[in-house]
Amino acid sequence: MIDITNLHKRFGPLHVLKGINLTVDKGEVLSVIGSSGSGKSTLLYCINGLESIQDGSIRVDDTEVHHPKTDLNRLRQKLGMVFQQWNSFPHLTALENVALAPRIVKGQSKSEASERASEQLNHVGLGDKLDSYPHALSGGQQQRLAIARALAMEPSLMLFDEATSALDPELVGEVLDTMRMLAREGMTMICVTHEMGFARDVSDRVAYFHQGIMEEIGPPEQLFNTPQSEHTRAFLSKVR
Amino acid sequence: MDYNFHWQPVIGRLPDLLLASLDTLQVAALSIVLGIVIGLLLAILRMNARGRWTPLQWFAVAWIEIARNTPVLFQLFFFGFGLGAWGWHLSPFMIVLAGLSFNCAGYLAENFRGGFQSIPDTQYRAARSVGMSAGQTYYHIIIPQVLRKVWHPLTNQIVWAVLMSSLGMLVGYQELTGSAQYFASRTYRIFEYFAVVALIYYALVKLILMASRMLGWRLFRSEGGV
Ligand SMILES: Nc1ncnc2c1ncn2[C@@H]1O[C@H](COP(=O)(O)OP(=O)(O)OP(=O)(O)O)[C@@H](O)[C@H]1O
Ligand SMILES: [Mg+2]
Repeated sequence: MIDITNLHKRFGPLHVLKGINLTVDKGEVLSVIGSSGSGKSTLLYCINGLESIQDGSIRVDDTEVHHPKTDLNRLRQKLGMVFQQWNSFPHLTALENVALAPRIVKGQSKSEASERASEQLNHVGLGDKLDSYPHALSGGQQQRLAIARALAMEPSLMLFDEATSALDPELVGEVLDTMRMLAREGMTMICVTHEMGFARDVSDRVAYFHQGIMEEIGPPEQLFNTPQSEHTRAFLSKVR
Repeated sequence: MDYNFHWQPVIGRLPDLLLASLDTLQVAALSIVLGIVIGLLLAILRMNARGRWTPLQWFAVAWIEIARNTPVLFQLFFFGFGLGAWGWHLSPFMIVLAGLSFNCAGYLAENFRGGFQSIPDTQYRAARSVGMSAGQTYYHIIIPQVLRKVWHPLTNQIVWAVLMSSLGMLVGYQELTGSAQYFASRTYRIFEYFAVVALIYYALVKLILMASRMLGWRLFRSEGGV
């Protein structure tokens, strides 16, 4: 599904990703952990082409993401993304937030887009908030709205960039539950997260990033119980 | 103080004054439209400076600085007597239009720039991540939010354009103030004429403010109106 080989990313002189090799299979849930600045968010942005890359390749199904001929707008329909900052569109209702892209990007009729959008909102537990504007929603609700907005494009892969880390502690659970539900439904997911419990319970594999290098990857039991790398051990002892 | 008020001649000229106020509104409206278009361009040029400065960016900055930091009257005179000295003669209407557009564009450019910069980058990324093109992102996501941010400054600018157009009198343009001056000088009812004209300006401004508030209320219901 996703095939990353020898990925290098630089911001000017700053070498942020230093030769990443990674494959993610259909239906797999991969959690990415690592300390701040290790390049986790940048990896996700490179996967959906919001950031350019300097070397290597990223393939999604059979599309080379960074090939100049690739239609990124089309590719991104397959790649849903949820960001750390809840960035719902403040001038649109919850329903319009979700229905907009299916309508203008996929060309669905207004009524079809609205109908599907309200299904998606029901799915993430916001069925009673269709006509609310984002400023009237809690952080957790806005984050679930962002998930519904991504799902409405019917993506085959979801990228989560610390979807819960800007939330008050009591709101984290509802968002993680929604992500768990997606995992159970068989969605392919890459989740950058600080929630070790989630990484341990939900993922098929966990990857640890350290200063732009994927230091270690493996099933959660292995990575959490018998980490191979010095850096992984040090990181885990800090977050526990 | 034994001034005798004579309102009769003014009342008789009311239809002419109202017609002249249409000229005022016309030149103000046109210069606002031009000001918005040029102001947007200037703002975009200036925002794209990022370290390297090209002549286009210098041009934008110079425009904005001059428009905002010199008297409007000088700006009008430039398009009148200034260009005239170079042998380039504009009609009074064109002088007022050019001067006001120049001024509005400079002010609005800075308002637009502030508006754009207040929209977090993440809005753009979020829109692109669901497959919207850059154009769709601007049209559906960025511009509506910027419009909300600049609504008050934009309204103020429209009001200013109406009031500033009265300077047109000094370059020979017969708008509301110019016409009043003309009639007043023929009847010597100077105070009466300008009292009535002040009332007309006042009513125009109030109308603009009301229209802006009503339209804003409709457009920005999501955030409780303006
Ligand atoms: N647009 C950018 N321009 C310049 N440098 C950037 C940019 N985006 C990220 N960086 C730098 O790249 C490095 C990796 O950033 P990234 O956001 O990917 O880290 P992260 O692992 O997601 O960290 P965090 O846990 O804090 O979110 C950091 O040093 C950051 O300062
Ligand atoms: Mg990050």
